[in-house]
Amino acid sequence: MTIKVKYFASLQESFGRAEESVELENDITTVAELWQRLTGKDSGLPDNVLTAINMEYVKADARIKDGDEVAFFPPVTGG
Amino acid sequence: MKVELRKQRFTPWQEIERRQTLMQKDGQFGAVVSFIGNMRDSNEGDNVSAMALEHYPGMTEQHLEKICKQAEEKWDLMEVLVIHRVGDIEIGEAIVLVAVWSAHRAAAFEACRFIMEDLKSRAPFWKQETLEEGKRWVEKNTPGQS
Repeated sequence: MTIKVKYFASLQESFGRAEESVELENDITTVAELWQRLTGKDSGLPDNVLTAINMEYVKADARIKDGDEVAFFPPVTGG
Repeated sequence: MKVELRKQRFTPWQEIERRQTLMQKDGQFGAVVSFIGNMRDSNEGDNVSAMALEHYPGMTEQHLEKICKQAEEKWDLMEVLVIHRVGDIEIGEAIVLVAVWSAHRAAAFEACRFIMEDLKSRAPFWKQETLEEGKRWVEKNTPGQS
């Protein structure tokens, strides 16, 4: 399946890109697994990384499906 | 309900007055509560000369509308207005305005606080400050409840 991944703020700088299209193997089904694949590290999703699927907040165990837009971002600081 | 993201500076008082004229509910609301957040010239002991606000186009608007809708379901409100800046911001400028109209003060006070606290902790905005030494992402917001 193919998904779109977006990064914001400091995460956009550390990944060096704002968004990308990612081709996923079938064994990657959750946001936490996607994070591991993108970072190449075995550690789980850090507490200071927030996630959204299709612009709705989700937890690390949320499942990803074909065509989803998955976003990773640091704690928010608006207002 | 009106939620808006603005690239240009705005005058909160004018926005409140404009909204109040447009809603045409004079005589019905007995209470108006507003919160205005402004850009300061220092943070965490450092001088801040400028700031940029990044957001998640689409999700930010959607999230703000969701919070306002929740407030409207929870309290008896006549109107809710939220304006938030995005992009480059200068010292002293208003960053955010939340205004709530209701028949009595309790609903207006509580709903305004509710919207503002959720906005601070959940709405996808990120501040980047310009300091003398360079730029710095603000890592977290200060707690709103004492």
